[in-house]
Order: sequence, then C-alpha cells, then structure tokens
Amino acid sequence: MSWFSRLFLRRRIYSDLSEEIQQHLTEKIEALMAEGMTRDQAEFAAKRAFGNVTRIEESAREAWVWPKTEGILADIKFALRKLTRSPGFAATAMLTLALGIGANVIVFSVVNGLILRALDVPHPENLFHILHGKDGFSGQSYRDYVDFRDRDPSFGGMLACQYLRVGLKVGNLVTPSWGFASSGNYFDVLGVQPALGRFFHAADEHGPGSAPYVVISYDFWRAQLNRDPKVLGQTVELNKHPLTVIGVAPEGFHGTDATFWPDYWIPVINAAQVTGFDDLPYRDHFSFDVFGRLKPRVTPTQATNSLNALASQMAKDDPKDDGLTARVRVPGPAGDDGDPTKMVLLGILLLASLVLFAACANLASIFAARAADRSGELAIRLAIGSSRWIVLRQLVVEAVLVSIAGGVFGSIFARLALGVLGRLRLSGDFPTHFPILPDARVYMAALTMSVAGGLLFGLLPGRQVWQTDVIQTIKSGCLRTESFRRFALRDVLLAIQIVVCTLLVTATLVAIRGMTRALHEPLAIQPEGVTLAWADLRMAGHRDEEMLPLQKRMEETAAAIPGVTAASVVDTVPFLGGGQWFVYRWGTTDFLPSHKAFAAPTFVIAPGYLKAAGTPLLAGRDFTWHDDSKSPGVAIINETFAHKLFGNGPAIGQRFALWETAKYEVVGVVPDGKYSSFTEEPQPAMFLPLAQGVGGVISSSATILVRSHLAPDQITAALNRSLSAIEPNAPFTIRRWADVIDLSMLPARAATAALCVMGLLSALLSITGVFGMASYAVSRRMREQGIRMALGAQRSQVVRSTLSRPLLLLFSGSAIGLGAGVLASGLISHFVSLATPRDPLILFGVFLTMTLLGLLGSWIPAHRALAIDPARLLRDS
Amino acid sequence: MTIGHSKKPESRDLFPGALEMMILQSLRRQPMHGYALVQHIKQRSNDLLQVEEGSLYPALQRMLKEKLVRSEWEISASNRRVRTYRITTAGIKHLEREVTRLDKMLEGISLVLSTVKS
Repeated sequence: MSWFSRLFLRRRIYSDLSEEIQQHLTEKIEALMAEGMTRDQAEFAAKRAFGNVTRIEESAREAWVWPKTEGILADIKFALRKLTRSPGFAATAMLTLALGIGANVIVFSVVNGLILRALDVPHPENLFHILHGKDGFSGQSYRDYVDFRDRDPSFGGMLACQYLRVGLKVGNLVTPSWGFASSGNYFDVLGVQPALGRFFHAADEHGPGSAPYVVISYDFWRAQLNRDPKVLGQTVELNKHPLTVIGVAPEGFHGTDATFWPDYWIPVINAAQVTGFDDLPYRDHFSFDVFGRLKPRVTPTQATNSLNALASQMAKDDPKDDGLTARVRVPGPAGDDGDPTKMVLLGILLLASLVLFAACANLASIFAARAADRSGELAIRLAIGSSRWIVLRQLVVEAVLVSIAGGVFGSIFARLALGVLGRLRLSGDFPTHFPILPDARVYMAALTMSVAGGLLFGLLPGRQVWQTDVIQTIKSGCLRTESFRRFALRDVLLAIQIVVCTLLVTATLVAIRGMTRALHEPLAIQPEGVTLAWADLRMAGHRDEEMLPLQKRMEETAAAIPGVTAASVVDTVPFLGGGQWFVYRWGTTDFLPSHKAFAAPTFVIAPGYLKAAGTPLLAGRDFTWHDDSKSPGVAIINETFAHKLFGNGPAIGQRFALWETAKYEVVGVVPDGKYSSFTEEPQPAMFLPLAQGVGGVISSSATILVRSHLAPDQITAALNRSLSAIEPNAPFTIRRWADVIDLSMLPARAATAALCVMGLLSALLSITGVFGMASYAVSRRMREQGIRMALGAQRSQVVRSTLSRPLLLLFSGSAIGLGAGVLASGLISHFVSLATPRDPLILFGVFLTMTLLGLLGSWIPAHRALAIDPARLLRDS
Repeated sequence: MTIGHSKKPESRDLFPGALEMMILQSLRRQPMHGYALVQHIKQRSNDLLQVEEGSLYPALQRMLKEKLVRSEWEISASNRRVRTYRITTAGIKHLEREVTRLDKMLEGISLVLSTVKS
C-alpha cells in the first residue's frame, strides 16, 4: 500500500476501527448480561474495562498518520484561511514579491539564454572558439585556419565559417538573405546529421569553385519552401549564381552563434563565385570564425599555448603572420571576460537581486508587525501547550505560501514580458533570434528564490516568538515590545531597504545621465530628415565595371525626386556597418599587420556626400568625380586620424598607404564623429572617393542617401519607385537614418530602461517601507501622544517624536547608500561610460529623490499624528 | 496496565513490545478477533495481567501497518460480523526475533539478581 493510496484508504481504516470497537463493547455487554447483570450495569462495566474509547481510538489512528507532514498540511490550511481573511495584506505581499521575483526571472532568463546556455550542437562542452590573442579581432584568416587545423595536435577537428549576405532568389523574388560560407568539414566537426538529403564534406573540396552546393536551414525550408522534399537537386541562385540544393539541416540547428539563424550554408571554396571576392589567399583578412573540438584531456590553456607555439612557427614561414597569437575560449559571451553584454547583464542581475532583497526586507518587517499584532493569539497557543517551534512553523508556512504565490505570479508576468522581448529584432535584416525564453533552470531558480525569500522573511519574526513572555502577553493583550529607544530588527530592515534603494536610484540616475550625455555627443552628421536606401548590387548580378555608372545613375535619379534637397551615394554610412582597413605610415615597405599604425573604419563616398550627410569640412576640399581610377589616390580623414598619424601639424598634403598599390594623399579633414555606437571612444576614420574604391576594389554595396522635407512614407514610396525602375533585381532596404541610429542605441536603451524599472521598484518599496514604519510608530504611540497633547505638548513636538525615527533611518540609510554608490563608481562605469556617481548633479538628484520618498512615505502618518484629538482618544480608551 | 506512548513513565508497567509479543503469540496459535484476543490473553495469564481492554487496538493498528498481522471481516461462529486477525510470515519472524531477545534479557536480569542475592 503506497502512502498515496493510504491517504485515501484512511477513511475506511478509521471506520473499520470504530465498528470493531463497537463490536467489542457489544460482545462484552452481552457476555456480562449473560452472567446476570442488568443492561445498564453491563454497559458501565464494559466501558470501564475497555478504557477511554475516544482516546484509544485516537491513539490507534496515530499508527496511520505522519505527524510532521500532516501538521504542515494543517498549517497550510490555517495559513490560507488567515490570508483570505486579510486579502489586502496578502495581495500587497504577493504583489511586492511578484515584482521582485518577476524582475529577477526576466534578467536571469536573459542571462541564462545569452550566457549560461550551451550552444545547440551535439557535445557543446568540447567545442571552443579560437580567436586572436592580442589585437582584439575575433576572426581568423582562412590560410591561418588551414595551418591551425592541419598542424596543431590539440584539436580533434577544426572548422571555419564566414557570415554571408546575398540576394537569394526564390521563385522570381530576390530577397537579402544571411547564411554561412563554411569549411567542408563544418557539419562533420559539429556532428550533425541532415534532416533531408546530405551535407557537404571535406572530400567535396577539389579547389576553388569545385563544390557548387548549398545546404538550407530547416526554418528556411519550412517557411520559404513549404517543406517541399523535391527541393533536393534543384538549383537556387545566390547573387545570380546557381548552386544545387543537396540537403536540409536538422530542425533547430543554426550553427555556432547562439543568436544568429542562417538561411543556408555553402562551401567556402565556392564563396568567391557568390561574393565576387576571394578571401582565401590572404593571411590578413580576418573574416572567418574558427571553432575546434578539443581532444579529451586537453585544456583550453594547453591548446592556447600549443597554438601560440605554432603561430610563431608560422610567422617564420610567412612574415604576414608576424605577431599572430591565438586564444581558445568558450564560444559566445560566456567565454569573454570583458564582453560588454555580459558585464551589463551581470550588473543588472546584481541590481535585480538587490531589489528582491529589498522586497524581502520589506516583507520581513510587514510580517514582524503582523506577528506582533497576532501576539495574543500566539501567546494563547503557547499557553495551551503548543511548542514554540510549531508556532514558528506556522508563521514560516504562511510566509513561504505567500512567497510561492508571489513567485508564480512573478514567473507568469516574466514569461509574458520575455515573450515580447524575444520577438525584438536588433538590426535590419540580420536574422537574430534571442533564446531568452525561460527553461527548466530558470523556473527552478524562481522556485528557489521564492522559497528562500519566504524562509528569510518568515524566520526573521521568529525571534519574537522565542522571546514571547506568555503570561505578560496574555495579561497586556499585546507583545511586550522592546524599548522604543533601542534599535529593533524592523529598523535594521528598513535601513537595509533604504541603502539598497539609494544604490539603485544612484545607478539609475547615472545610467540616465550617461544616456543623455551620449545623445548629445557630437556625431559629425545630421541624420534628421535623411532617408537611406541600400542594396548589394552584386545581388542583381552586376560586374565590377558596371557598378560606378549604375551608382551615378541612382544618385541622379534620387536627386531628381521633387522635394529632395540633397542626394549622394556611398558604400555604407555610419551606424549601418562598414569595413575597417589597416592604415600604414608613408614609407612602410612591408605591409604586415604587425607594422600597421591602426585600423580605421572606412567609408567610400561620392562627391557631395559630406554636404548631404551634414558633415562639415574643417580643412581642404571635398572629392570631385575627377578623383577617379586615372588620377592619384586621395582621402578625407577625421581629426583623430590626422592627429594619430601626422601629429599636430597640418594634415592636408600628407600621405599614407593601405597596401603596396593603395596609396593616398590627404585632401580634406572632417571632425571626429561616431561610427558604430554613441559610446565609442573617438577613433580614426577615413573617407575615400567612390570612383577610386579602396585601392581600386570597387564596392558592390550601395547606399543612396537622400535629404528631403517629404513625409517618411512619401519619400520611401518615391525612392522605391525610382530606384526599382533603374535596377529591378536588387532588393533595396529603405529606412530613415535616425531610425537606424536609434536601433543601434537599443541595447543601451534597454539596459537604461531595465535600470529605471529597478530604480522605480526599489523606490516604491522604500516608500511603503517608510510608510509602514511611520504609521506603525504613530498607531502604537497614539495613546501616549494623546496624553502628551493633553498635558500641553505642541503638535510639532508630537510629529517630531513619532517621525524622527523613520526619517533618521531614511537619511542615514541614504547616506550609506550614496557612499556605497560613490565607492562602487568603478563598477558602475563598467557599463555606463559617460557618467559617474561622483557627478554633483547626480549626488543632488539622489538626495532630492530620497527626500521626496521620505516625504511621500511619511505624509499620511504625519497627518494622522497631527489629527490626534486627545479628548476623544482618552475617552475611547 | 497501559501500553503505548504514555508520557508518564511510572504508569508503564510492561516493557514496550510486550503486548505485541503476546498478541502475535496468540494469533500464531489461531486467528482471532479483538474481543477473543483479550479474553485469550486474560485467561492465559490467569488474570494476573490486568490489561485495559482497549489498549489492544492501537497495538493491532500499528502491527497492521507494519504488516505483522492482516485482518478480514468474517462471520463468527456466534453469527457476528467480526474482524479476524491472522499473523503473517513477517509477523512470525518478528515474534521469534523478539522472543529470543526477551529470553536473553531475562537471562541477564536473573543473573544480575542472583548475584545480588548471594
């Protein structure tokens, strides 16, 4: 009989027992009557011989119960009854916790999805990312990859892959589509099997262009091809280049980047045919991500050392590898100690747990007050023989019940919020997918938080139960509270809340200040009123020599749209992406990465771009269409570029080089701007003429930049119409520049918003904490104050004496919190770059906020203290 | 005499487990219902042991739970509906173990007592 079925059989066992005892008595009575007793005499004698029927029955039942478990069940029932009788209290407590736990579940779920969760591949534990050791590049060149793969003994397999954006033709429609160009062994190293057809393998690689295959992702197959199994063997066009579909990847497989969901994989040896540029021969094109499977019993440190030894060997063979170093780490933000996403998320997680802690402190003081109010009931229970432990258990059960309910509501709320967050897309058509929905681990964490929180604030009033003097309490009707002069547990709890709140308010204000400062940083562009239309012309199958005339025609067409005040064409604009090139001083003969001066974001612009973008020229001239392939190379640089390369002297007329055949003379200088984020440090950047390209390499990416006073939908429609008239095959993306920049601010905004929510939550908690404390003080001392007023005390004295303690706590707590905030400014500056808690404006803001909180929290209690009518009060009591 | 978990040690005049052993021993001879069991124990002890009749039932419930005995509702010879208890294999084993332990204990006690006398 299992314990479970016994629970239901128990009713039958008990009734059997009662019947049996009755039978026993009947039989005894009959036996006694047979001996000659009267019925009354026999009944009396039988009962006396038997003993106390009720007690015996009860002790017989005890064989079937588990006193502990059933005691707790009874506690739960009792707690539920208690809570439903004070629904306001229960709802407040649950809401407080639901907010605290909900905030933590959201943050933890994001941390879990982006940092803690392993990659979705077989055996993620031995898959490692191989990066550059020193110079901050995450990518490797293909030639270095091949050497690493073939000559290093630490890895059981090593793959390389490269992000690819192409125009993918499905039916008659060309759409921009992201995928990977990957080494032949890609799928074999990752150890996945196709859902349909086959994958490509290392054996398929027989030199450039020898493997015209494509593997499509399961999602693409489902969404774009309706799971058509006949897709195998068909050809699809990538940038007008036909490739044969040989397989479909398994469902849910998306490679080695947790947040990127590619549409397809092609062999890297065929990538050049699609992109028009062959990366493979260059040791200084770091465009591949390299991952390796560590052999058993090899640590990442050993592998790093072994790769570095190999790298210095490789540098002897080929000077292009001079200074090459490698580092082996866990893929994704998890393995990167300084990753900004990780730092910000962990910081927010820390603050969220502080909020939860403050919520628990708040609830602890509420529960302590409640226990004090119930002291009569508790004392009676102690008096009639309940052990202190059982009384305490009842209080803890009530607290844990409230906290679990709060946790459940919080998790539901978090799940809904995460569902919305997860659908956000960060940048343009880049197929991101944030795996932030809560999994079992997150729910376990929520449960742990709930139970731990409940135990924390349920056990704190326990001291009261232990110290209850039963006789005193029953006599006076309330718990003999410790002297009001000494600091009680409640005071400490409130002080903790205030400290946490001050810290959070400080962090929030710092983040907001940093954000506003960032928004006022000089961008050196005026994005308002500018609309961008961009496309990769190679997607429409154009060859290099066709690019320039086409781009010129587009610019002219766009400029001819009525209402357009300026139009220009550029490969890409700040905040939309763009490449970096190594810059070498004039006179460099060996163009080795180790000899470079620095790397600089590079924009290839048409004449008139600077004017259309709103970038002023500080010195020199703009480009003209005569700066073309027949004339000497010219460049416009920013101030940091000029300062870093040429010192404080005039930059115009100075020269620099990118490689042997790409040499430039500076013809203009522009102010420093921001190129990919608001918070970046000033960095060197350069502009090269569209007609010259970068060292003669013509860009296939074209962005038409249009400044106009037209409404956004009008200019979008007009651009769409006129551009597709010129080039119907290239898919244009049209977006306002300001929106693109806003999107780049999204992570920072999200972090600031998260901080604001935390700050607000903790401020609310402090208000309720101060309010609870103050109103408790007022109501407990109502009679005393009445007497004092009757004896002639001023109202202001009464208010001062009741509110002095909460306000003293508020100010000392704020001071400690502020001090801690200033001390932690190093930590805060980790994720807010442009502001610090040492800023006097912020110090003042925190002071103001906390004063306001104190006023809000003590306003009503102060009014109640002022409204004391001594005559009525004394009469009533 | 009271059996079981009384809080006052002075009222416990049988050692724990004595009643269980007597019940098991009686049931080993033949299955019985509660009333018959009481009568049987009283008779066998020549009325020397004054058992409070009801104290039998908590002990029976404990042994039912530990599966030392099993019970069935039956119609008795006197045409009553009675709950008859039977000893189980586990009950027999338990009884034998306990009897051995009791013998050893009595032997020890009597040895000590005899040394005091001499």
